[in-house]
Amino acid sequence: MGGVRVILISGRTLEQGTNLENKLSDEYMNATAVCELSERELEKLGLKGDGTERVRVRTSAGEIVVAAKKGEGYPEGVAFIPMGPWANAVVNGNTKGSGMPFFKGIEAEIEPTDDEIPSIYDLMRRYKE
Amino acid sequence: MAVYTDVLCPFCGCICDDIVVEVGEDGKITKVKGACAIGRSKIMGHDRMESPAIREDGELRDCSYDEAIKRAAEILADARRPLLYGWSSTVCETDRAGVELAVEIGAIIDNTASVCHGPSILAIQDVGLPSCTLGQIRNRADIVIYWGSNPVFAHPNHMKRYSYLSKGRFTPGGKKDRKMVVVDVRETKSAKLADLFVKVRPGGDFLVFSALRAILRGHEDVVPDEVAGVEKKDLLSLAEMIKNANFIITFFGMGVTHSGARHNNIANAIEFTRAAHLHTKATIMPMRGHYNVNGFNQVCTWLLGYPFSIDLSQGYPWYNPGETGAVDVLVHGECDAALIISSDPASHFPADAVRHLARIPVIQIDPYPNPTTEFADVVIPSAICGVEAEGSVYRMDSVPLRVRKIVDSKFMADEEIIRRILEEVRAIKEKEGE
Amino acid sequence: MAELLIKNGVVFDPINGVKGEKMDICIRDGKIVESLHDEHGARVIDASGCVVMPGGVDAHAHIAGGKVNAGRLLRPEDGRRGLEPKRGVCKPCTGYSVPNTWATGYRYAKMGYTFVMEPAMPPLTARHTHEELVDTPIIDKAALPLIDNNWMTLQYVRDENYEMLSAYVAWMIRATRGYGIKIVNPGGTEAWGFAKNCGLDDPVPHWDVTPADIIRALAHANERYEMPHSIHVHGNMLGHPGNYETTLRTFDVVKGISASMQRQTMHTTHIQFFCYGGTSWKDFESKADEIAKYVNENEHITIDLGSIILGDTTTMTADGPMEYTLYRLTGRKWTNHDVELETGAGIVPFLYSSRNPVHSVQWTIGLELALLIKNPWKVVLSTDHPNAGPFIGYPILISMLMSKKRRDEVMKEVHPAVFDRSSLASIDRELDFHEIAIITRASAAKILGLHNHGKGHLGVGADADVAIYGISHEESDAGAVQRAFLNAKYTIKCGEIVVKDGEIVATPEGRTFYVEPECEESLMNEVMKDIERLFKEYYTVSLSNYPVQDVYTPHPYVIKAPMSG
Repeated sequence: MGGVRVILISGRTLEQGTNLENKLSDEYMNATAVCELSERELEKLGLKGDGTERVRVRTSAGEIVVAAKKGEGYPEGVAFIPMGPWANAVVNGNTKGSGMPFFKGIEAEIEPTDDEIPSIYDLMRRYKE
Repeated sequence: MAVYTDVLCPFCGCICDDIVVEVGEDGKITKVKGACAIGRSKIMGHDRMESPAIREDGELRDCSYDEAIKRAAEILADARRPLLYGWSSTVCETDRAGVELAVEIGAIIDNTASVCHGPSILAIQDVGLPSCTLGQIRNRADIVIYWGSNPVFAHPNHMKRYSYLSKGRFTPGGKKDRKMVVVDVRETKSAKLADLFVKVRPGGDFLVFSALRAILRGHEDVVPDEVAGVEKKDLLSLAEMIKNANFIITFFGMGVTHSGARHNNIANAIEFTRAAHLHTKATIMPMRGHYNVNGFNQVCTWLLGYPFSIDLSQGYPWYNPGETGAVDVLVHGECDAALIISSDPASHFPADAVRHLARIPVIQIDPYPNPTTEFADVVIPSAICGVEAEGSVYRMDSVPLRVRKIVDSKFMADEEIIRRILEEVRAIKEKEGE
Repeated sequence: MAELLIKNGVVFDPINGVKGEKMDICIRDGKIVESLHDEHGARVIDASGCVVMPGGVDAHAHIAGGKVNAGRLLRPEDGRRGLEPKRGVCKPCTGYSVPNTWATGYRYAKMGYTFVMEPAMPPLTARHTHEELVDTPIIDKAALPLIDNNWMTLQYVRDENYEMLSAYVAWMIRATRGYGIKIVNPGGTEAWGFAKNCGLDDPVPHWDVTPADIIRALAHANERYEMPHSIHVHGNMLGHPGNYETTLRTFDVVKGISASMQRQTMHTTHIQFFCYGGTSWKDFESKADEIAKYVNENEHITIDLGSIILGDTTTMTADGPMEYTLYRLTGRKWTNHDVELETGAGIVPFLYSSRNPVHSVQWTIGLELALLIKNPWKVVLSTDHPNAGPFIGYPILISMLMSKKRRDEVMKEVHPAVFDRSSLASIDRELDFHEIAIITRASAAKILGLHNHGKGHLGVGADADVAIYGISHEESDAGAVQRAFLNAKYTIKCGEIVVKDGEIVATPEGRTFYVEPECEESLMNEVMKDIERLFKEYYTVSLSNYPVQDVYTPHPYVIKAPMSG
């Protein structure tokens, strides 16, 4: 309850890039297991956006728990997760004949949660099952 | 201490080639000057995969290079529909060996372009690409547009070396002689530096390109008052700026390749450039990510006739992205083994694709452990190209350069690993009497 | 190494004056030799009933480099026109007008060709050209760097500093491992940097020089050294109706300059595109007769044909403004790639249609030129591959040149404009095997200066590059000629049999030929100061990362070119 519907985009950030070849590190997780939201969305969700709270992001492809953070410059209704395994947990693999999945412009529902963010090892374990 | 100058940076498609690297008595890199934060981090190096390893009973067990290479060859020789994927953060010499391996075993070979600028390539195949090398921008461009691209984060030295902030023959004043325009769905760091920021509704780029095309071709009457969140008067003034310019460049990024219209977006961006060319010199360029993502596309094109997503199972190259792309063959559960080199699909592919990859035998070649390592069955550590191994690379503007070897390494180079796997595969096939 | 004996063939070796004589060719260690050490131990090829020639030499075909690869990338539909699965020693092949590098090597070898000149290497991307040449199997090759629109060239021409120009040219040829000086739309390609163009005597925008000045100065610079080849010129106004006058004036630009070697002072390339009369596409006509007349009356000019193969192809040239014109004309896809401080490139797919009056007249021009120019040593067969058609069309051209009957048949099929706007119908001349051997190997080798380096002939000491065509020297049927030249019975490359009965049987790596002009050290030191400044202020790569490294020419053949006396 108290969820919002957004258009989700994934993309590069400097911290994501700097840790691109250091993906098993905490730095990489801190840089990419995070959802950036506009102030308006945070308000609706009743969150501060200081990075200590968590949200569940749900799309037609799946769901993932990540940290919630206030993002700069986002229009209302747009949320951002840096490219990486957490973002891709909710990206649809249907390329519609183009070879390219939908990494941007994904319809998503976001709600606050107390659940833990899965570690990279947890995430990979899920795929092996 | 040794000092190396004019070192090339093996990180992004900019391939800055004026880096200074200091190496201490112990052969370790101590200082990197002139690189951006991402490049410095890459050249300085960090936690490596220490040893080749083979997964047994769910756990990776260290082994020799010989053993790992032999196991890798067995997996590939056994496979009916192997996928060879990655190839963008290594040198062209590796890619050439990879193509030979793909031909030998009838594999599908694909690189990371298929999840970044693959749609750009499809669009180029539709309409072409009016472009240039980056020095043309440096010396001539008076309008620089970054569209769906955030160079401050993804290509930090791009503006300084090649575009807005650089100085050249016809642009001696640097940014005083240029205007920078950023088009994006959010106000990025790059947008804050721009003379003009155009904020587009997510997924609206196609419409905005169409509107600009119409205006530049003299049909402004068909453009409504507002297009994907952009007011018509702003589009008119942008078009006017373009008409009065001497040279414009549009750098586009994944903001346009990743959204709904994909290659249609890019084809429209190129059509917009063609329309602008009726008034001025107009050029356009994809902001390629990995330093040699373009190099693989080049090698594949001259050896196999097509740039990526190539299926060799019939003995000749069959190219049909959407059918033969890495994500497609994984999501459809087609391939039964994969060799992953210098990339990390576990992080960068959608969940459906990763799920299949986790189920099949996977060989990983990489200097670093990453999430793909978590389910790889054979892991082969490699030397870092551009730091520990040399070779050819192609910049985002297709300028070929040679990255250098700065320090010695105990790790085997990518090319040698692939060539040795190829030899082993041939030996296995010979034994089987093929 | 094993010896090889080619027995009983009818040999055409024009450089050595052998004009269809039945004789044996002896081969040892990759070279032609006087006689064999051990005739019984030697492998013998019975060439009875066959025509034997030196390996073919192509003086102008775009087979490798950034532009060619951009053409392949642009046209996956062309790729599908030439798909061949891997087979035997052969890797898979793709492409018709823009074949992959493997197909390029195989298809040339099958036609009996053993040397190809890549005629347009942008210096900044020379490494790319060399990478592709290395991956082109069997044939030997070389590449000509573009040195005419370079800012340093323009500056020295403007300042009339020809000493420094000659040093700069020497540095550039060495830095790119090039073979000579290529000129493409001098001044016009630089102007294209701001979407402009310019004619032969117009000042180049922002530079106080004309294209004619550039051509003349570069011809002088070339002759400062004992360069095997002259300047290699694609002039101004290619493909424009009425351009033949510019062409004649371009010929005159270098008249009177003396060559440092026994050869022409200017090779003008794919001249078919420069022989146009009329004022628009409506009154377009052939002026091949005017061009042929000039070539017949003057000794300083050689040409290659750039003859049309009717059908679909891919046009590509450093002449950016010309390709833009072609794109506006056709509305088809268009790639352009300008190269900072140096040159450019444009690519547009093109269909030469037999129903179109202009294309049909264009088709006659290449043939007219070959037949109207009396001395075949001034002519090289080419299609400016792939601009006027792919190189695998050469056998079609050969059959046309050898058969008036065949030409008449085709003229009936194409647009009737050919009867009014071209003289082809009135020409009865038919070339014989000897003349074909000249324009497909001997003249090309001499014009490129390769005959001094073992190419284009079968004299003792020459490279054992031999083509054996399964056709009688008395055969006159055009179809038989075409078939024979498309698939050689044997091709021998440096003594190794690479083609047997029209199939590839071995794929050795070819060599890369390049020239090292030897400039005085003090002058070179002087020019380096300017080059260093140029890199600092304008290029986007460092000077130290610019020159092509040794690894890109794993099998080099180096020709030294000392200062001429």
